[in-house]
Amino acid sequence: MATPIEELGHDALAKKGWLGAYRWLILRRITQLSILGLFLLGPLAGIWILKGNLSSSLLLDTVPMVEPIVFLQMLAAGAVGITTTTVIGFLIVMVFYALVGGRAYCAWVCPVNIVTDTAHWLRRKLGIRTSAKIPDHARWWMLGFVLVVAAATGSLAWELVNPVSLTHRGIIYGMGAGWAVILGIFAYDLLIARHGWCGHLCPMGALYSAIGSMSAIRMRSDNRAACDDCMECFEVCPEPRILPPALKQGMKQGLPPAVLSSLCTNCGRCADICAKDVFAFGLVLPRERMASPSREGAAKAVDEGTIKQAP
Amino acid sequence: MAAKQVSRRRFLTDMARTACGVSLFALGLGLYARRGNALPPEFIRPPGALDEEKFLAACTRCGICVRDCPYGILKLAELGGENPATGTPYFIARTGPCEMCEDIPCIPNCPTGALDHALTDIEKARMGLAVLIDQEACIAFQGLRCEVCFNVCPVRGKAITLEYQPNKRSGRHAMFIPVVHSEYCTGCGLCEKACILEREAIKVLPIRLAKGELGRHYRLGWKEKAKRGGSLVTPDREHRFNLPEGVEYDYSTGRIYMKDKSGKAGSTADPAKPKGGAASILNRGIQEAK
Repeated sequence: MATPIEELGHDALAKKGWLGAYRWLILRRITQLSILGLFLLGPLAGIWILKGNLSSSLLLDTVPMVEPIVFLQMLAAGAVGITTTTVIGFLIVMVFYALVGGRAYCAWVCPVNIVTDTAHWLRRKLGIRTSAKIPDHARWWMLGFVLVVAAATGSLAWELVNPVSLTHRGIIYGMGAGWAVILGIFAYDLLIARHGWCGHLCPMGALYSAIGSMSAIRMRSDNRAACDDCMECFEVCPEPRILPPALKQGMKQGLPPAVLSSLCTNCGRCADICAKDVFAFGLVLPRERMASPSREGAAKAVDEGTIKQAP
Repeated sequence: MAAKQVSRRRFLTDMARTACGVSLFALGLGLYARRGNALPPEFIRPPGALDEEKFLAACTRCGICVRDCPYGILKLAELGGENPATGTPYFIARTGPCEMCEDIPCIPNCPTGALDHALTDIEKARMGLAVLIDQEACIAFQGLRCEVCFNVCPVRGKAITLEYQPNKRSGRHAMFIPVVHSEYCTGCGLCEKACILEREAIKVLPIRLAKGELGRHYRLGWKEKAKRGGSLVTPDREHRFNLPEGVEYDYSTGRIYMKDKSGKAGSTADPAKPKGGAASILNRGIQEAK
């Protein structure tokens, strides 16, 4: 039976204790803040480990890193300044996220994640249930148009307003009117659309989902037979439509016991909230992946009612 | 069958809806970019920055140049206000000019070519061009001695020179007028910072604002002539002076000679050895004017 919303997480807390029930969330917050901290350590304490910001940076004054969406915009804008360093920096980031799961960026690095997670938490606390319906493919359109505008203006136009780089750069170098954009995202996620920004519109999320689509590090659900349909994971998952194939629905169809959708952010909230320990991080090898259904298939399973969507 | 048609219609409607929404977003972004990408003249890019148009396509807005500037003069533009494109680096000459480090530390770590890595001589940087924009306020034009801009200029004696002009007010003093030479000025802004006025009379402007450009079809006769080594049309005619009989003007030396009796120009009027006489007096005048 689905758990009533007021009792969300109670079972996990009772069974695993506070640290167990928030393990991945705590680790994620530590990672997010540490990365921010490493960038701030230089200007504040004179210890230079990471220099720059997420758009591009220099690790220990030697290893370059370049944000993929920035690189793609440079290509689209016809930039003359692409150097070997730029390409190496881009490839380092690409390879890293192709291995650890592209959208791990969204859950473990991106500073906007804290903003939208907070909005989602408040949404639940205030009992706001209404949400504008935004098609799932919107983020891909956003990504496409970000590149079109870059080509049309011959500049990295998206970086004028990109909430992710605005937030990160703002904290490190000065925010200006960037607060308004962050507040806008917060209000939009809180009042207009559930998981509205990260889960539907952010073009960086779309790009990282493409980069990490073949990653082997996945949320596995080997213990899915123990699932008692409490639906709590659907409530906390930032992309709830990707869960059914990993759970009983997928078991009936003979699908592998793992969340294989590239939209998964590897955030681990499903593992935290599950009192039955259905989920655990693990590896999914290509052999197992062959049986993966398309995202449409998974969404269809939700639509057809074979799996109930979160209340 | 009916169900399939409905879902196709829904699919198309959904697609159209998204396309419409996202196009509106793209239109808004494109229009905003026109304003957001504008660079107000008081914001100056770091040394080696590409032309603004190319810079906006190449700069990742990471701020590594900001970190590497030992004087901390560079900043990243914040969103809003009259700022340059969000996240791009700049400095303001009046409050913090470029100190023109010899090793140009802001450039080497730039992850792209937004700051041109080929620039290794800071005196070749062209961040802008200093312009003595207000001659009414500059105290040198009042005949007062200042020359602070001349003295702080790091390309000393070349980018800013002092030209002497007669002080017509006093009738017997010189005015020491600072003159900027675009051939040498790097646009560092040290002169703008140092200008003693309440509001500076010398300002670094973007080159597009500071420089005029002669029409491409213009040819300066004397330069063309020098290039060719002689007149391009008809041979020069000898200039005729209304000189007293027996006196001749020599083009090459600009001096006046008395003809000797044979009719050739003599050397009687060499001003280095004044001997008196009409030619010497005339030549003395020339000498004094020099």
